[in-house]
Amino acid sequence: MKQIGPEPGTVPPIRVGLFVTCLVDFFRPSVGFATIKLLEQAGCKVEVPEIQTCCGQPAYNSGDPATARAVVLAWLDAFQDFDHVVVPSGSCGGMLSHHVPELFADDPVNGPRAKRLSERTHELTEFLVDVLRADLVPVHRGGAVTYHDSCAGLRELGVKQQPRGLLAKVRGLELHEMAEPEVCCGFGGTFCVKYSDISNAMVTNKIRDAEASGGDTVLAGDLGCLLNMAGKASREGSPLAFRHVAEALAGVDDIPPIAGTGVRQ
Amino acid sequence: MNHTSDRFIDNSRAALANPVLQAALANLKRGFPINRAEVVADLPEFEELRNVARDIKDHTLDHLDVYLEIYERNVRASGGKVHWARNAKEARDTIMRICRDAGARTVTKGKSMVVEEIGLNEALDASEIRRVETDLGEYIIQLRDEPPSHIIVPAVHVTKEEIGDAFREAHEGLDPTRALSEPADITAEARTRLREAYFSAEVGITGANFLVAESGSSIIVTNEGNGDLTQTLARTHVVVASLEKIVPTMEDAFAILRLLARSSTGQEFSVYTSVSNGPKRSDDLDGPKAYHVVLVDNGRSSMLGTNQQDMLRCIQCAACINHCPVYSAVGGHAYGWIYPGPMGAVLTPSLTNIAASAHLPNASTFCGQCEQVCPMKIPLIKMMRHHRNSAHQQGHGGKVSKFALFFWSYFAGRPALYRTLTGIGVGVLAALAIGRGRLKSLPLVGGWTANRDLPAPEGGTFLTRYRRGER
Repeated sequence: MKQIGPEPGTVPPIRVGLFVTCLVDFFRPSVGFATIKLLEQAGCKVEVPEIQTCCGQPAYNSGDPATARAVVLAWLDAFQDFDHVVVPSGSCGGMLSHHVPELFADDPVNGPRAKRLSERTHELTEFLVDVLRADLVPVHRGGAVTYHDSCAGLRELGVKQQPRGLLAKVRGLELHEMAEPEVCCGFGGTFCVKYSDISNAMVTNKIRDAEASGGDTVLAGDLGCLLNMAGKASREGSPLAFRHVAEALAGVDDIPPIAGTGVRQ
Repeated sequence: MNHTSDRFIDNSRAALANPVLQAALANLKRGFPINRAEVVADLPEFEELRNVARDIKDHTLDHLDVYLEIYERNVRASGGKVHWARNAKEARDTIMRICRDAGARTVTKGKSMVVEEIGLNEALDASEIRRVETDLGEYIIQLRDEPPSHIIVPAVHVTKEEIGDAFREAHEGLDPTRALSEPADITAEARTRLREAYFSAEVGITGANFLVAESGSSIIVTNEGNGDLTQTLARTHVVVASLEKIVPTMEDAFAILRLLARSSTGQEFSVYTSVSNGPKRSDDLDGPKAYHVVLVDNGRSSMLGTNQQDMLRCIQCAACINHCPVYSAVGGHAYGWIYPGPMGAVLTPSLTNIAASAHLPNASTFCGQCEQVCPMKIPLIKMMRHHRNSAHQQGHGGKVSKFALFFWSYFAGRPALYRTLTGIGVGVLAALAIGRGRLKSLPLVGGWTANRDLPAPEGGTFLTRYRRGER
């Protein structure tokens, strides 16, 4: 069969598998659609394997690596043929790109497979900036925002400047840094339920810092942190709004912010 | 000492409801981490020093027996004596015997965490010997009959007013009109009392920040100078140190010292760095007549060669504690044993048992600030995770979370069923929220809705909507 190559001067698009994460799937599908939009603007061909579920982190962090391995194997099967896997979350991204190789370190069959896929797996803003060096289609999204650095993205993946660089290109958007953007919001997966009172003290501090920042919308790259912060702000009657950074970058404005907070009703 | 780590949740609730403690913790958070950031920024080779320090300790731990024996030979050569204690009781018994042989009526003590760990304070207090803590923080908590709540600032939870009250109650003959409201007044009053103790003590007990194999030296760092007075004025000096304090050479000790105070209090160096070698020699100006070192194992040698060995690199600077958002919410007493914060969450299960301390490595968001600031590059998260694995294997993870995990993994492994169930879940939650965007309470997630609303799902799962062709 004759091999059909790319047109002269063009390259085939990068095939990206979107791992949407269980929280986005359940709570905030718009983040998934915004991610697809951003990746397609950057020239990727995006596919969404239907058999995806979870990254295995709940088991991994609860001391049950065997169960985590079983869940990650399903992820390997679903995504191994893509050029890259992109995840709109630093936490799940960190699990898949950082912890998965360790989880299979003693497995001669799946270990190398896991390592190869982990190396091609990226958090969204890191992928757009560091891998694609993408120029996004400029959008307008006015308003004052503040950005919370989610822990795993920041410390496992080095996500810090990437979202800020991309946000700087959004027209009309002003970034107001809060006092301690790198301090944990108290989500921590099952931590926020198991140690609810400590988590509450942490998220209370975070909301106070965000309110003092001068931004009226809090952006972050992880839905877990956003649900935690938005839930707290809603309970406290705070005027802050919460959105995933992908929504801001893609100019999503047709759905209310998370928990509907920050919306005058 | 009582071990109440199994009551961590109750302990932490009480701590969160204590406004005095909360104010103290807020101060702590505004102090040490900011100072540390400044001095670290001023030392370009700080990162490289971390690697050097890690390598020194790794090498030492891999040859611990060799260096401890060299150390013992050199202590003996300088006229001192080394006592090996396998556990807390052996250590206590040895020290009590040394005190009695020295005819001790008063013992002065410098700050030492391993001395807390072996329960020496309780043993001394149950005897006829008077114990006087010479570190100001330790002295305050001794008067208040409390354990330390932080490894470098043991009385961080106590207010100035409470210190004044403790002094008035304990210090006989104290003029009731004497001002004790300012730090300078408090220090002056403590100094008066401690002077008397320094000169009457027969035995001075200190810890050690380092033991140096090549010279048989012990090194302590303090900011108050109390350690020097404790170890030079008494006739007998007892150094109590855990095995991992050993380093091969003086140069190694000083390489790590460049990290210690910077990481700890944010000073370039502690005010006093004091090196001791054996008893007073004939041409020395001062020093003790007898010099003893009690080397405490108490579970550490069984960490060697395991996934917990790296924890023995710890120099107890408290950087992880000072930067931990969980510690800064609940303080040290909530952790229920000697060592709080991330280093305690790793060390406590190793030195005691996981059954009683399973909460500690679990009560972390794994935010990673601790690892980021640890001068010895200890992989604290990984080590907490090892403890979580042990807790899970031994069934200390909690029944509810075990059930939830089973439930979750069952569906996570069955994508079609997962999609059906999440679809139903989204529908139910959306119906419950009826357009309000949030839920005030929901069964089974009381831990969440006790303190926050649950944001309602946007509507329809992503996978369902994507399959329907939405983009």
